[in-house]
Amino acid sequence: MSSVFVRGVGAVSPAGWGVAALRRALHTQAPLPTTPVTRPGWNRPIPVRWVPAAEQRPPFLAHPRLRRASALTQHSLAAALEALGEDVSLVRSGRLRLGLVVCLMPGCVTYSRRFYEEVVRDPALASPLLFPETVFNAPASHLAAFLGSAAPSYALVGDASMFLAGLALAANWLHQGRVDGCLVVGAEELDWVVAHAVRLFERHSIQGAGAGALYLRPEAGGGAAPQLGCVTDPFSFQTAHARPAAARAMRTALRPDSPRALLCLGTQGLARPDRDELAAWADWNGDRVAPKRVLGEAFTAAAAWQCVAACLALADGEYDAANVSVVGPNAQAIGARFVRPAQ
Amino acid sequence: MVITGAGIVTALGLGWRPNAAALRTGRTAFRPVTLFDVSRQRTKIAAEADLPPALPPVRLSPHRQRRLDRATRMLLLAAREAWQQAGLQDGTRLPLVLGTTSGGMTHGEAYLTQALGCPASLRRQATRMLNYQVQRHALDVSEALGFEGSLTVISNACASGANAIGHASELLRHGHAACALAGGYDALCQLTFAGFDSLQVLAPAPCRPFAADRNGLSLGEGAGILVLETLDHARERGAEILGEILAYAAATDTHHLTQPHPEGLTTWATMTAACRDAGLTPDVIDYLNAHGTGTPQNDRTEAAAINRWAGPRAATLPVSSTKACMGHLLGAAGAVEALVTLMTLREQWLPPQPGLLETDGACRFPVVREPTAARVTAALTNSIGFGGANATLILGKGP
Repeated sequence: MSSVFVRGVGAVSPAGWGVAALRRALHTQAPLPTTPVTRPGWNRPIPVRWVPAAEQRPPFLAHPRLRRASALTQHSLAAALEALGEDVSLVRSGRLRLGLVVCLMPGCVTYSRRFYEEVVRDPALASPLLFPETVFNAPASHLAAFLGSAAPSYALVGDASMFLAGLALAANWLHQGRVDGCLVVGAEELDWVVAHAVRLFERHSIQGAGAGALYLRPEAGGGAAPQLGCVTDPFSFQTAHARPAAARAMRTALRPDSPRALLCLGTQGLARPDRDELAAWADWNGDRVAPKRVLGEAFTAAAAWQCVAACLALADGEYDAANVSVVGPNAQAIGARFVRPAQ
Repeated sequence: MVITGAGIVTALGLGWRPNAAALRTGRTAFRPVTLFDVSRQRTKIAAEADLPPALPPVRLSPHRQRRLDRATRMLLLAAREAWQQAGLQDGTRLPLVLGTTSGGMTHGEAYLTQALGCPASLRRQATRMLNYQVQRHALDVSEALGFEGSLTVISNACASGANAIGHASELLRHGHAACALAGGYDALCQLTFAGFDSLQVLAPAPCRPFAADRNGLSLGEGAGILVLETLDHARERGAEILGEILAYAAATDTHHLTQPHPEGLTTWATMTAACRDAGLTPDVIDYLNAHGTGTPQNDRTEAAAINRWAGPRAATLPVSSTKACMGHLLGAAGAVEALVTLMTLREQWLPPQPGLLETDGACRFPVVREPTAARVTAALTNSIGFGGANATLILGKGP
């Protein structure tokens, strides 16, 4: 993985649209305020962190394919286009084969919920406009259409670990020469279904939404692009009892520690979900950052924010390396290391 | 990359033998839907699988087995058959790559039904939500069969199963693993059925892919799982080689979310790329298992792609869509159809399409209508999905 570089990052989060908003929120280290979401028939409001409305309507919404774009698709496109930057024109002109890997956990839950509500009312009247948007690969499809990219595109579904698995997959595509560049996006949207479901497992968890994107290329380009040093094997766990061992295996795989390194954790600031990850990194003596403590839980999007935070720290020159630790809620633990290329 | 294990579950039966027997003769499996209420839908038939009341012995606890949904049960049955055929040992470390579209949607439907109808009740909701998630199904497979390794679930609509097999073969080809389990699974569920019905693409009677008077697709359900190995790994452990993956190609059609490009450009591109990858020409492809859903649009564009790709070979290239027998298995389709393609290579016959009276004039190729014995050394299978996901696999008889 020594020749894969992060040429751009993008983010949409409860802090706002863009990496700058994410950076500001992480700098303050203060958890963002919550707002309540109402669940029909449930009298207790559920605190969540929505993505705020964009200051300007994103220009990409003018594309004919995006008239009914879900929040999930909008988050994905905004983060992806920010990460791609000026290389959008290379893709559109056919000069750059761009692979797409979009990682999701609940996926297009709002349209799925709305469509199923219509089915429950009367399946004969369920909207044909909603159903196609419910498929997991709808955001990837819209992104490919917007960019005019016919290169391979995968929608990966799993817990938060899937974002780093997506980075490994993208790196393989680059090494194999299947694509010239690859966008890896982690994206989630918010709905009362998700907000409530999460609290069935951890009642203090604050659900967020948004997306993060990394644009990978096999060459560094002119700038000091962070390098994807490694992605560990994923360590799966069947039960909560096996989760600590998976977290430890991931941590071990990210050794040795380097002196000027940052640790980007996936912890939320909650005792139970954080326990295994914190225990695995108990011996870490360096600096730490935990984006989810500020932004909230957002599964694959949150894992992407961790990676964005790692890349920002390297770009700022504060650190020589940044480890990203993701211990998924119910499937796999996986880690990655980004490094500052030799000057 | 060779195939050393294969497991299949469809409405035609559980396992290789009943499916091969049915496909060889063109038996169909459509019947009135019993799994959910379709009284308000235009279409009332599908290919429902008959599942055994209990799973065969696996390592999952009885408690865990009781919580498995229909999709996971089919996945486990197929995976177990493939695992046993390959003769893999407990404790093996290998990647598992799955494709699905709706995964545990029956759990999702139950969750939503209760959340909407009885919002104050949380009974069983956590269990439903947990088991809805596809990564749990992958974990169930690895626990049931006693292996460990990375889990990858690709959800590229109806190309998911082919993508999963193709991705696993790429992992082996580039040295990331020596052995992998890969395939697809999907169960019938009300949301998906109502979804396709809302799009008015479901046929009221069993589908007739490539027929001049075709009028839509028919849904089915099932699972198809392959054990893939590098040739060296398979030979080292003395495994029987069932066939091989000669090539895989994937690409994205950006024309429309649900409609392929009218000229089938992306399907043509994946067939061409796969042939180039394998160093083959259409002349040496002995059979083509088409995506062939039975909708007017899909079959017309796929026919255009096949015509263009095959060139003069089209006139003699046998093509059929086994969806005419077992329905469209969505996320499982690509994997199950790869397995059917493997059957043609192993048993040297071509699966006929029942009920095909007049072939669409767009087809320059012969569609297999009768049970046919044939010499098959290389065969190709196409998968095309919502979102423009296209995938082509080429399989060979093996060394």
